[in-house]
Amino acid sequence: MNVNNVEAVRATLHDALTRDERIVILGEDVGARGNVFLITKDFLQEFGPQRIVDTPLSESAIIGVAVGMAMDGLRPIAEIQFADFIFPAFNQIVGEAAKTRYRSNGDYTCPLVIRTPYGGGVRGALSHSISIEALFYHVPGLKIVAPAFPADVRGLLNAAIADPDPILFLEHKKTYRLARTDIADEAYTIPIGQADIKRSGTDLTVVSYGYFVHLALEAAAKLSSEDISVEVIDLRSIRPMDKTTILQSLSKTHRLLIIHEDHAFGGIGAEIAAMVASEALFELDAPIRRLCGPDVPAMGYAHALEDAYMISSEQMATAMREMVQF
Amino acid sequence: MKASEQRELLRRMLLHRQIDTRAFQLNRQGRIPFALGGEGHEAAQAGASLAFMRGQDVLVPYYRDLGLALGIGLPVIDVFTSLFAKKADTSGGRQFPSHFSNKALGLVSISSIIAAHVAHAVGFGLAMQYRKERGRAVLCSFGDGATSQGEWHEALNFAAVMQAPVVFFCQNNGWAISVPQSKQMRINDIADRAIGYGMPGSTVDGFDPIAVYDAVHAALERARNGGGPSLIEAKCYRFLPHTSDDDDRTYRQPEEVETQRTRDPLPTFERQLIEKQIYSTDEIALLKAELYEHIDQALEEAAALENPSADSLTTNVYAGTEKAWL
Repeated sequence: MNVNNVEAVRATLHDALTRDERIVILGEDVGARGNVFLITKDFLQEFGPQRIVDTPLSESAIIGVAVGMAMDGLRPIAEIQFADFIFPAFNQIVGEAAKTRYRSNGDYTCPLVIRTPYGGGVRGALSHSISIEALFYHVPGLKIVAPAFPADVRGLLNAAIADPDPILFLEHKKTYRLARTDIADEAYTIPIGQADIKRSGTDLTVVSYGYFVHLALEAAAKLSSEDISVEVIDLRSIRPMDKTTILQSLSKTHRLLIIHEDHAFGGIGAEIAAMVASEALFELDAPIRRLCGPDVPAMGYAHALEDAYMISSEQMATAMREMVQF
Repeated sequence: MKASEQRELLRRMLLHRQIDTRAFQLNRQGRIPFALGGEGHEAAQAGASLAFMRGQDVLVPYYRDLGLALGIGLPVIDVFTSLFAKKADTSGGRQFPSHFSNKALGLVSISSIIAAHVAHAVGFGLAMQYRKERGRAVLCSFGDGATSQGEWHEALNFAAVMQAPVVFFCQNNGWAISVPQSKQMRINDIADRAIGYGMPGSTVDGFDPIAVYDAVHAALERARNGGGPSLIEAKCYRFLPHTSDDDDRTYRQPEEVETQRTRDPLPTFERQLIEKQIYSTDEIALLKAELYEHIDQALEEAAALENPSADSLTTNVYAGTEKAWL
C-alpha cells in the first residue's frame, strides 16, 4: 500500500480490529468524528460503538478504564487526543499501568497501547505542540516508541499491539502527511527497541527520532555535496533504546550529534550522552553535541516564535559541519 | 435472611476483627513494621462480601478491605504472608499489607493511590459488558476521602454514561486520616453524589451487616442484569488510628471514639443473633476460639516461610527481560 503516516496508523488499526476481537479503541472523538486527524474515520460504522468508544472528556478515566480493560483480558488502544492533554492521566500511566505487572508479581498485566499525537511546527501553540517523551522515559514498566516513517509506524504499531506491556505510541503531527511511501500489506512487526540507520555515513553519527529525522536526512543529503558523509540513526524506540546500533556507528564515525525537539535538559540526548561517555569515551574524536529544543516552557503561536523553537535543516547542517571540522 | 447466612456474617466479622487485633499486636511486638486495621468496618465488609458472587463477580478493593478480601475467599495465610512480606505473598513481598492480588478469586491488584482504582473497576465492567457476560458485575470499594478525588468523579461519570455493571461501595468512616467529613465535603450523605451522575444512590447503616448485604445485593443484581451502576454509602466508623504509624489523639477526641465504640457492630450483632436464637453464647465463644486457633496456625506458618530473594527485585518489570538499553 502507498500511504502517509496517518494512513499507516489507520490501516494498521483497521487490520488489528479485524484480526483480534479483544481490541477496542477508546478516546475523545474517535467515533462519529473519526478522530481529529481522521485516523479512525468510518471505524464506528464498521466495528460499532462497543469497540470504537467515544468517551467522556476525561483523560484520566480514558487511561484508567483502559487499564481495567487490559487487566481483564481485552487489548485496549487508548487515544489521548493531543500529547499535551496527557497530564491528567499521568498517575494512571506512571502509577498504575507501568506498575501493574510488578506490584501483582505477574498475576495481573496491562497490555495497553496509548496512542497520542505530539510535537510542534504545526502552529499548535502552547498546548498542541509539546513533546512528552522525556517525562515518561524515566519509568520502568513502560515502553515508548516514536516512529516517523510509514513503514516504521506500521511495524511498530503492530509490535505495540502484540506486546504484553503498556506502551506509549507517539505520533509526530508534522510527519502525519509529510511523505507517502509503499509499505507491505501484511501485518509485519518491527521489534521494539531497534533503531534504524536511515542513511549510512562515515564522518559523523546523528541520532534522532520523530520529525527531526526527516530534517536531519535533508541536511545530510546537502552535506554529501561537500564531501561530508553523515550517518543518520532513527531511534524509533525511546524505551528500550538501541545501544548496539549507536555504539557500532560511533566505532566508525567517532563523532556524535544528538538532535531532538524535546528540551535538552534531562532529555533523551542526556541519557545517550551519558551512555556513550561511559561505554565509548575513547572512540570519540570530538565532544558529544546536543541540538535540542530550547529551555522554555512551551512553543509560541507566532510564526517567529515557533520557528525559533524548531530546529531547521540548515541549523542541523551547520552543526554537522562544525562537528566534522572539530 | 437465612440463619446460616447470618452465622456466616458473624463469622466473617469476627475473623476480620481478630486478624486486625493480631496484626497490631505483631506490630507492637516488633515482628512486623506496619499494620492497617479495619475495626468498625467489619459489618459493612461482611455484608458486602456476602453479596459478592464467587467465580462470577470481580472485587476492586481499597487498602482497608481485609474483611472484603477474606469474604470473597482470600485464605487467612495470605494475610500473614502479606503482613510478614514473605516470598509467598501475593505481591512477592512488594506491596504494603492489605494490597492483595488474586486473579483466580477476582480480587484485583491495587496501588495505595486514593481513587486510582475506581476507573479500573469501570474497565473491568466494560470488558464484561463488551463480552456480553450477563450475570457478572464489579464491586468497587473506597473510603469517604476518595470521593474528593477527580479520578473518582471521572470514573463514576464514565460508568454512568456507559451503563457499566459496577457497584461503587463507599465505606464512610467519617475520617480521611485526620480530616473529618465536614472538611472534605459540604454534604452529609455521599450517596447524594449519585444523582449528579444519573445513577441510583443509597445510604445504609454500615454497622448493620444485613442492611449492607441487602443494599449491595440489590445493586449487584441490577448491575448483573444490565441495569447499570449504582453508588452505595455504608456509614461506619474507624475505631483505630489510620494505621499503626498514626496517632489519632492528635486530631480527634478519645471521647468521640469511646462514644462510637458503644455502637460497635460486633457485640451488637452477636447480641442480635443470640436474641434471634441463631447462636447461643457458648456457640459464639466456641466460634471465637476456633477462629483464634486458625489464625494462630496461619500466623506461625507464614512467619516460618522464606523471605523474597534480592534477585526477585528485578523480576516482573516486563513480560520479558528487557532493560532500558538494548
